[in-house]
Formats: sequence, C-alpha cells, structure tokens
Amino acid sequence: MQTVDLSTTELRELNAGLYAQMEAVTETDWEVLNPRGHHAVAVGINAPLNVDVHGSVGYYCAGMHQVGTVTVHGSAGPGVAENMMSGKVVIKGDASQYAGATGRGGLLVVEGNASSRCGISMKGINIVVRGNVGHMSAFMAQSGNLVVLGDAGDALGDSIYEAGLFVRGAVKSLGADCIAKEMRDEHVTLLQGLLDEAGIRDVSPTEFTRYGSARTLYHFNIDNAAAY
Amino acid sequence: MVRRVRCTILILIMLLRIKVHDMTTNTPRTAPRKADTFDDYTLSEIRRAAATGIYDIRGAGAKRKVPNFDDLLFLGASMSRYPLEGYREKCETSVTLGTRYAKKPIELKIPITIAGMSFGALSGPAKEALGRGATLAGTSTTTGDGGMTPEERGHSEQLVYQYLPSRYGMNPDDLRKADAIEVVVGQGAKPGGGGMLLGQKITDRVAEMRTLPKGIDQRSACRHPDWTGPDDLAIKILELREITNWQVPIFIKVGGARPYYDTALAVKAGADCVVLDGMQGGTAATQEVFIEHVGQPTLACIRPAVQALQDMGMHREVQLVLSGGIRNGADVAKALALGADAVSIGTAALVAIGDNDPQWEAEYNELGSTAGAYDDWHEGNDPAGISTQNPDLMARVDPVAAGRRLANYLKVMTLEAQTIARACGKNHVHNLEPEDLCALTIEAAAMAKVPLAGTDWVPGIGSGGI
Repeated sequence: MQTVDLSTTELRELNAGLYAQMEAVTETDWEVLNPRGHHAVAVGINAPLNVDVHGSVGYYCAGMHQVGTVTVHGSAGPGVAENMMSGKVVIKGDASQYAGATGRGGLLVVEGNASSRCGISMKGINIVVRGNVGHMSAFMAQSGNLVVLGDAGDALGDSIYEAGLFVRGAVKSLGADCIAKEMRDEHVTLLQGLLDEAGIRDVSPTEFTRYGSARTLYHFNIDNAAAY
Repeated sequence: MVRRVRCTILILIMLLRIKVHDMTTNTPRTAPRKADTFDDYTLSEIRRAAATGIYDIRGAGAKRKVPNFDDLLFLGASMSRYPLEGYREKCETSVTLGTRYAKKPIELKIPITIAGMSFGALSGPAKEALGRGATLAGTSTTTGDGGMTPEERGHSEQLVYQYLPSRYGMNPDDLRKADAIEVVVGQGAKPGGGGMLLGQKITDRVAEMRTLPKGIDQRSACRHPDWTGPDDLAIKILELREITNWQVPIFIKVGGARPYYDTALAVKAGADCVVLDGMQGGTAATQEVFIEHVGQPTLACIRPAVQALQDMGMHREVQLVLSGGIRNGADVAKALALGADAVSIGTAALVAIGDNDPQWEAEYNELGSTAGAYDDWHEGNDPAGISTQNPDLMARVDPVAAGRRLANYLKVMTLEAQTIARACGKNHVHNLEPEDLCALTIEAAAMAKVPLAGTDWVPGIGSGGI
C-alpha cells in the first residue's frame, strides 16, 4: 500500500507517481489522505490500480480515467470522472455538477446525489446515482446509460441522442426530444447488469422508467424551431 | 347643342392624351436602379429564406468588406533606418510557442501555423496534406472537432490537439500524443457559436469518431460541458497539465469578440499561448448571419490583445497567434509588426491544397456556384475533394502533391515577410514594430493605432479607448 498525504505532498508528486505505474506496476493499492478539496486528484490513470481517496476532492477528480478503480470516501467537486474512458470510479458521498461529463466508457457510481448536468454529453459511460440528479442531466447525451435511483430535476435528457436513461423516482420535466419509452426485456437485463456492477441489490429494474430520444431533432426542420 | 359640346370635349381629351403619350416616349428615362439596401444578394437571400424556411448555412469566413491589413503600408528604410541585404544578411523567422510553463514548447521554423480544421469537415487526404505541408515547411498543424486521426498524427511533426466543447473523439491517449493542446473557447467566424456537421458528411468513420448515429445533423456544443468562466478554466488547465505531465504548452483560442479582456482572462487562466481569431477566419459550417454579423475584424483585434499582454507584463512571455484572413507575407509581417508572435492560416491553406480551384469550374457551376465563391462546405459535395467525405471526390486530393503546394505557399509567405522585414532593417521578423507602419484609412489607423499616411495622426490615441 502506497500512502500519499496531500497535506504534506504536492499534487504533482501524487499524479506523477500514479503515471509512473503505467510503465510497470510496482504498487497496486494507493491511499490518498487529506485531499481537502484539491483539484485534479488521480486524473488520467492508465494502470490497473486501486486508489482510495479519504476525504472530499475538488474539480475533476479521476478525470479521463482509463484503467483501474478510484474510490472517493467523501464528496466530489465538479466534473468528477469527466471524459472517463473505462475502469470504475466510486463516490461515496455526493457529486457536484457535470459528473461523468463526456465520459466514453467505464462505470461511475455516485452513492449520494449528483448535481446538475450529470452525464452531460456522455459518450458511452455508464453512470449509476443512488440518490437524485439535478437539472439538465444527460444534456446532449450521445451514448451510454444514466441510472438514477432517486428523482431527476428539470429538462432531463434535453437534446438527447442515443443514450439510455433509467429513473426510479420522479422526473420534474423532460428536455427537448426526450420521451418515456417502453421497458423491454433487454432493457431490464441491461439495467440489472448495471445495478449489479454498481453493487446495488436492494432495488429491482422493474421499478424504473426508461427515457430516450424521440429522434425528432436529428435533422434540421423549421417546424421544430420552437425546440431549437 | 349639349351633345356637340360633349363631343368637342372628348376630342380635346383624346388629343391631350396623345400629346402626353408623345412626351413620355420622347423624354429620356432614368436607368433602372436597384436599392443599395436591397442589392441582388439580399434579394436572393430573401427569396431563398422564403422558399426553404431555414437560415443560410455555409462555410468560410466573413465575405463583407472590412478594414484589413491591406489598409496598412510599411514605411521601409530611409535616412533613419538601414535596410538589410536580401539573400545576404540573415533575417530570422523562427518562433517558440509555449515558453511560460511547458517543459517542451513548440519550436517552429516559420511564424505561420496551420489552424484547427476537423476531420469530418475535411476529408482524410486533405488533413494529411495539411500535415505534410506544415511538416515540410517546419511548422505545426492542428486537429479539430472530431479528434485526432492516425494519418494526421503520422504526417504532422508538430501537432496541436484541439480541446473543444463537443469533446468529439477526445481521449487522454491522443492528448498525450499531442505537441500542444489548444482549448477552444471560440473562433472568429462564430464567437459564441457551436459547430455544425450536417448528415451528408456523417459517414461511418466520422460517426464512430464522434459517437453519433450515421447521417444525422450533428450539433457541436457552443460551450464546454464541465467549466464556465476563467476561474474554472484555470482548474481545467491544471487537469490537462497534470495528465500531460506539464510537458506540452496549453493554448487558448478565442474569437474576436472582446480581445483585450479575452486575452487578459486567458493569461489569468494559465495559457501559455493565446490564439486570437478575427471575423475573417473560416468555419466548416455555420449560419451566414453569424459569420457576417458577429465578431470583430482581425485588424481590430490585435492591438487590444497586445495591449492586454503588455499591461500584464506578459507580451512575448505568453505568445499571441493571430488568425483570420491571413493571405500573404505582407499580412504576416503586419500582424507581427503589431505585436503578434505568429499567425495561423486556414482558408488560405485550403486554397493552397486545391480548394475552389478553377479546374473544377464546370462542377462548381452545377452546384450553383463558381470557383472562388464556393462555400457550401457543409453539403459534402466539394468538387476539389477537400470539404467532403465522398470517396470519389476525396480521391482527387493527392496528399503528397497537395502537401508540397502548401509547403511552397508557406515558404513564399515567409520569404515575403522576410523581404519586408529586411526592408525595414530587421534581422528577425519579430523585430518589426508598429513604428514601421502607416495606415491608408482613418479606420485602419484607429484600429492598428498607427498614423494615417502622410500625417502623424493616430485616431483614438489619448481617448483612453480600448
């Protein structure tokens, strides 16, 4: 176990140490102490490491994460796991805005609530939020899945492309071109898999409603001007 | 009696009408006159809008006449300035971008770079030609909205990776392969606007790179999804620097909106280099109304940007790259004289590799255009094979030959800039200065803050205006 105390060690030293593992993994388990809202903690990891961050982090923790697991035992600031490629990121507390923004793969689990624009422009990432998500979540979401066990705020899935949205609670309002869709068997299977992967065993996929694109805005049409 | 009077009156009226008619036919008439306000283009646009119900979308930059570098002249050497001998005395052209924080700044042999243009908007061979040409000339090229292609990376010795609001194709592997990262906040053709790539150009490969369904009209976001404002951007730049081990420079590209404050805030956010793009800068596609009516001319942008750098003590510490309508070595020299460290070209580079070439005139005519005016780049029918994803059309671009032409053109521009610099007595193009210039118009004098030709009058100086 490699321990890095950010109250006495520079952020640069932490990230450089993690990147050194890309060449050859010599230490799999990493523990980060006293993050105290530091930004860009454990960003861009591309090695099969387990990184446990004890405390809350600032912006972009685990940004562009590629391989391995980052667990934040606290809350995360804006843009956690932004543009994540693969691997797993777990936030034990709440996540601020833009969680999982533009993520292209992997699994982001938020055990608390996620703020506005969760999953904005997501491109393949799977996001599971045990609590609620804020307004404009999954805005322009292209691909991947957003699973919300709680409620969703205003304009969910506005201008959505082909991402899948599953909400167990109430949706305050749907955004442009986002509609409720039939929950078929393949969706139940998909959702069950995501819940299993996120370690959630106390809810059933059948409790969720599926939302997705009505595909009416895929081509410019003057009669849709009100939606533009 | 009454009938006779009526008859006489009628005859008189008829005679009068004949007389009036004769006067009309014999009097010289004024020529038909079209309103300046409602010129032929405007009338055609009204009819087009009425018929289609959608705004006009096109590529390229502003086509309207705006004050530009042609409105400036170099003074040359005289009694008080010694010129340098052409072909004998050295006039350096090298430039280093990213000296502020990056461990590996970009070293260029010439002060002209190739601007960001996307694979998707441009064909693969066109992107390859840009990389080849830039490399031959000793300069950098830049990716665009859609990510980095292996061909582009392979053929570009120095490649700047654009970090765009859409994040199409964005991934940390490519980020780490880049020689510099350019965070795109805006561009001159459409400050405040996002991109468009219409369905005709979303082929399988483009769709895969952008994670979008094939054939749909694609909207690129106009603002970044995970930061708002310069304070956030500073943190975003920290993340980018961490992921790239603080090796490569971070550029910030802005459109010509509020150049003084945009430059100052880019410096505050931690940029190594500011790329400033005026309204003549091209785009792959956006609304005509956006291109022609939003943003400032390139000439109007440079002095406020340089002033911001000077006020912060950052001129030459944070480099300034100017783009938007740069066409020749005189433009390069003028931009450098006004304080830029380098310039960037897009439209001109496309022309060098074959865009709007008269050899395709018949096909331009079939598309309702003519060589030199073709700007429907979004439709994917470019006869020159550049702004298209049609395999038959793109096969018309020979990347090796086109790259060679681009290199030739870049070298000519550089020689021209050197010629002017030597004539002004400078042994490096960066030694050109505003004192080497005068302006032909009051507008250009005010924008460039150089004297009106034949006078010592610099309009606006002393007014406190920015």
